[in-house]
Amino acid sequence: MADTVLTINNINKSYGDNLILNGLSLDVHKGEVIVIIGPSGCGKSTLLRCINALEPIQGGEIRLDGELIDGNSRNIAQIRQKIGMVFQNYELFPHKTVLQNIILAPMKVQKRSKVEVTEEAEQLLERVGLLDKKNSYPRQLSGGQKQRVAIVRALCMHPEIMLFDEVTAALDPEMVREVLDTMLELAKNGSTMLIVTHEMNFARAIADRVIFLDGGEIVEEADPEDFFTYPKTERAQKFLDTFEYESVKHHDNEY
Amino acid sequence: MQALVTDLGFDVLFKGTNFTRLLGGMWVTLKISLISVALSIVLGILLGVVMTFKNPVTKAICRVYLEIVRIMPQLVLLFIVYYGSARLIGLKFEPEFAAVIVFTFWGTAEMGDLVRGALQSIPKHQYESAYSLGLNRSQTYFSIVIPQTIRRLLPLSINLVTRMIKTTPLIVMIEVVEATKVARQIIDANRVASPNAAFGLFFVIFVLYFAVCWPISLLASHLEKKWSN
Repeated sequence: MADTVLTINNINKSYGDNLILNGLSLDVHKGEVIVIIGPSGCGKSTLLRCINALEPIQGGEIRLDGELIDGNSRNIAQIRQKIGMVFQNYELFPHKTVLQNIILAPMKVQKRSKVEVTEEAEQLLERVGLLDKKNSYPRQLSGGQKQRVAIVRALCMHPEIMLFDEVTAALDPEMVREVLDTMLELAKNGSTMLIVTHEMNFARAIADRVIFLDGGEIVEEADPEDFFTYPKTERAQKFLDTFEYESVKHHDNEY
Repeated sequence: MQALVTDLGFDVLFKGTNFTRLLGGMWVTLKISLISVALSIVLGILLGVVMTFKNPVTKAICRVYLEIVRIMPQLVLLFIVYYGSARLIGLKFEPEFAAVIVFTFWGTAEMGDLVRGALQSIPKHQYESAYSLGLNRSQTYFSIVIPQTIRRLLPLSINLVTRMIKTTPLIVMIEVVEATKVARQIIDANRVASPNAAFGLFFVIFVLYFAVCWPISLLASHLEKKWSN
């Protein structure tokens, strides 16, 4: 296997008495695409937030390239720029244009030149088909367009790993596709990605590895084909069944 | 035409230095409100930041302060500061100074509350999205939080400013000679020669206040439109 980028070692996370993540461990290798699925409240989003130190953990450790991720440490901003995160509700900065949204962090945090970052931002916008929107404000974009801008914004920092937190959950169905296509393209180009999603067909198409999370633990970890065809555990089977519908049309009692 | 001017009491305006005196009164009004507004904005921003602290002691103090300002009529505050201070601490404030104290005391509380509201209206996700891009705390404040706060704050605080300007005639009660006071002096002095002076003079005062407040209101609605998200 290729180099390990992210190591999650036996982490615990709780809100008060409520245990969200229970001794969870996971290694993410370079270029690997991992899809995390599971019922709501199983800790998927919390896991991503812990990786980015947006939530403190109560036990265990998370390391990126061997470096400890700790929300209280001084160099947390240093580590966070290597982790790209895309949120469910886009979270673009409403007072800045598309281009300004993208070039802000590379200029402020990485001290790169405006010319160089702008050029890269425009190339990335072109790739997701939004170059003509570079001077628009977020409020002038559709949900799918905003989400693609959010992806470009994260990419422009050249992160070592990208986290996607239910990025299509707030979108209208016809806009889901354009965002997922963008992500497929990233995966093809070898990005390391950790994706939380409810889009099962997409998960199957993009994942190198599927992680099924329930009750704060990894219940099943498998190759996507195996997982979606023959889930090994009962819990995973039950979960996958919730996406199937039985026909209610009664063909046998015809008039 | 001449008759109409006299009937409506506008003739008094052009007698002697009446018009310049009126403008002088308006200047007193403006001076007091502008100084108070400037102080209120600076102190209010500080207060607003303090109001977002989770410390129960600062929270309680701010709450009491805000409630006092809301419950007390401004007139009572003026009396307390102007007349009360003389007896209580043996200080005799200049009336204009007392007016500035009261208007700043009032404006700071309201401004603070506006700043608090604007700061708290920035969603938690905006901070997280900035942090996840690697911005540190101060970069997040200066690039993301403060610009958005100001955009939400400006229209509201401009309304506060016009309210403060409009409330200044109250300071007649503590013997500040401002526009309405000058008008009344002129009316009294011309009671026999121009019995209708009241309409003309107060109409001019209306126009003067309008000339001061209207551009400010226009600015507010312009910014509101420009920044609507």
